[in-house]
Amino acid sequence: MIPELGVFALAVAFVVTLVQSTVPLLGAARGDARLMAVGSAAATAQLLFIAVAFAILTLAYVRSDFSVANVAENSHTLKPLLYRITGVWGNHEGSMVLWVLILAAFGWTVAALGHNLPPSLKARVLAVQGIIGALFLAFILFTSNPFERIVPVPVEGRGLNPLLQDPGLAFHPPFLYLGYVGFSMAFAFAVAALIEGRVDPAWARWVRPWTLAAWCALTVGIALGSWWAYYELGWGGFWFWDPVENASFLPWLVGTALLHSAIVVEKRDALKTWTVLLAIITFGLSLLGTFLVRSGVLTSVHSFAVDPARGVFILGILILLLGGAFALYAARAPALKGGGLFAPVSREGALVLNNLLLCTAAAVVLVGTLYPLVLDAFGGGKVSVGPPFFNLTFVPIMVPTLLAVVVGAMLSWKRGDLAGVMGRLWLAAGAAGLVAVATLGLGGLRHALAALGFALAVWLVVGIAVDLAARLGLGTVGARDCLRRAAKLPRSAWGMAVAHAGLGVVVAGITASAHWQVEELRLLRPGETVALASYAVTFDGARQVRGPNYSAWEGRLVVRDGDRLVATLLPQKRFYPAEGQTTTEAAIHTTWLADIYVVLGKAEEGGAWSVRLYHNPLVPWIWVGAVVMALGGMLSLSDRRHRVGAPRRAARAGSEPSAAKA
Amino acid sequence: MIRVLAVVLLALAGAVPAGALEPGERLADPALEARAREIGKTLRCLVCQNQSIDDSDADLARDLRAVVRERLSAGETDRQVVAYVRDRYGDFVLLKPPFQPSTYALWAAPVVLFGLAALTVVVVLRRRRGAADVARLSAEEEARLARLLDDGRR
Repeated sequence: MIPELGVFALAVAFVVTLVQSTVPLLGAARGDARLMAVGSAAATAQLLFIAVAFAILTLAYVRSDFSVANVAENSHTLKPLLYRITGVWGNHEGSMVLWVLILAAFGWTVAALGHNLPPSLKARVLAVQGIIGALFLAFILFTSNPFERIVPVPVEGRGLNPLLQDPGLAFHPPFLYLGYVGFSMAFAFAVAALIEGRVDPAWARWVRPWTLAAWCALTVGIALGSWWAYYELGWGGFWFWDPVENASFLPWLVGTALLHSAIVVEKRDALKTWTVLLAIITFGLSLLGTFLVRSGVLTSVHSFAVDPARGVFILGILILLLGGAFALYAARAPALKGGGLFAPVSREGALVLNNLLLCTAAAVVLVGTLYPLVLDAFGGGKVSVGPPFFNLTFVPIMVPTLLAVVVGAMLSWKRGDLAGVMGRLWLAAGAAGLVAVATLGLGGLRHALAALGFALAVWLVVGIAVDLAARLGLGTVGARDCLRRAAKLPRSAWGMAVAHAGLGVVVAGITASAHWQVEELRLLRPGETVALASYAVTFDGARQVRGPNYSAWEGRLVVRDGDRLVATLLPQKRFYPAEGQTTTEAAIHTTWLADIYVVLGKAEEGGAWSVRLYHNPLVPWIWVGAVVMALGGMLSLSDRRHRVGAPRRAARAGSEPSAAKA
Repeated sequence: MIRVLAVVLLALAGAVPAGALEPGERLADPALEARAREIGKTLRCLVCQNQSIDDSDADLARDLRAVVRERLSAGETDRQVVAYVRDRYGDFVLLKPPFQPSTYALWAAPVVLFGLAALTVVVVLRRRRGAADVARLSAEEEARLARLLDDGRR
């Protein structure tokens, strides 16, 4: 009975979205405040009903109600509670319910916090959110019902893919979806602005916080996914240019560009049409990612179900939303002309360069990801586009981007002084040069790329420090004045500095781990010792252990640095009987400057085991840096000016008080 | 195509997780082994999800690793080894797509895309500066404006 209520709740939510996507539009067109106010009520109702459906599905998982096909196929009574809950989105149907739940939550924030938005803009934004919600709810109801019953009811569930029974991956999808779906806000605002025929700095002040929030979540989501791949897949890699990774990276790249171009709209009232286009493309790429992953056109751990009907449905949604948005753009964008002028060398110019490079990078990744599909579809034969292609094409685009980050942030608006900025950056340039020379001196010419990577990382971090020091007047004014200036510096400025520095940390981590990873592949007998970097690792043998829903072989390796005990590592090779699958659980000891990473391989004759040992220098910096970037974004988000609802449009809000009540 | 599919199905049927490159597979000569690893990183495991044969634990990947090492031991160059594998499995096995007519568009994309985007930016910025020039008043208009202002003052 209860699962049927879940379907019912979804159906009601679908009807509500139909109302939400039409009535407010009509109201906005007619200037009827009462019709416009329906949008807010509908958004609230939509969230409520989807939340009920989500809660019912979660309950079915927690209670292991195997009469629900989805639960039977993806859960098991022996699974720990945490993974029974996260299992809700560990499958296609459940993950789509999470998708619409997050969408409804975002839409609701406009209804709840948007009381000082112009009523017509608010109504139109909610209507666009309603349209997206309606399409995806229809998708769930018609192709992916999570509450379908199964007869006869199985005694036991089939369990969740053990690869997904992991804390890193348990929370990877929600963050990713917060990012993907968060960009729907930018999309909704862009489409609403096109209907309204106006984009002004107030619009950008509304779009930025949501884009920033989505971007932060996506950054964390991608970092979690990459971290998981690092410790779970068992060979110490962290990014594989897998099509599905690319699918999440594309919206991130373009979303980053959007974040920066929205600054120009807000501060200088320029780049409006471009920003609107970027907002549409960013969400479009999020949808494309959903399509690629959910349709099964890509073979991957992520494509749970290969069902052509679903693929076609999502493709239809993609074409409808993007086609509509682009048509509207073509018709209305020319009317959005105007805005501040600027010289090529200026903050605006630097942000245009940022957009140019990030969008080119995204386009290259997109082409590389889709090329095999398209070529095959046109009978051009099968090719693979793997890491060598992306490394050869993506990295050269990132080099000038990273160089420009520091300079661009220091240029002034309208007309900048490039020579002056470069003069202030002598310290950063010197430090970067020094690090490059030192790297080449230690590693030789074969490490030229590593030298470049380190130089860029140092350039970023020192450059940002120099800029901050100058802003605070370090060395020119007294300590107290410095502190006062620090307190006065807007949070968004701090946020930018932190995020950019985080980028430098990521670059350093990627560079070091790509060039100085040490791998030892050994057949070890109990008691044998291996030298790994500066450590001695002793194998103490392996024994059988039991987990809640798996059995495992657990190796024991003791890491020593001279006489000092550094760590005892317990890598496992697990077997999950319910799913009939094995996984490797790497054991990692991190010093934050490097990881010692051990994987247990196969048992050989005479009690020997094959063991892989890695020393991965600076690898933790990749995720630390990503988290720092996200923190920078949140810091910027906490800036007073970005706080949702901060921009007051007193005149407008005052003239139509009735709309604010809804 | 059918051959690839057959390989995929066969390998799936017999795929047992074994762990990527095992110590026993390695060649005694470290220089030769290093070359084998480098080659392994550029060849795709045909039955896996975008893994190289060096990373994969599928049986097919192990067989391919053995083939690479056998050929290298027989004295073939890296290029010959890769060509040997490619002849049998097609372009699909190469993680770095070859430069050939069917991939010209792929390899040209980064340069062409950047060129087009940069050109667009330059043209748009130029046109905007042009628009700004038009907006500036001509000498005649300046004079007229001055006259009007004078009128207003009187």
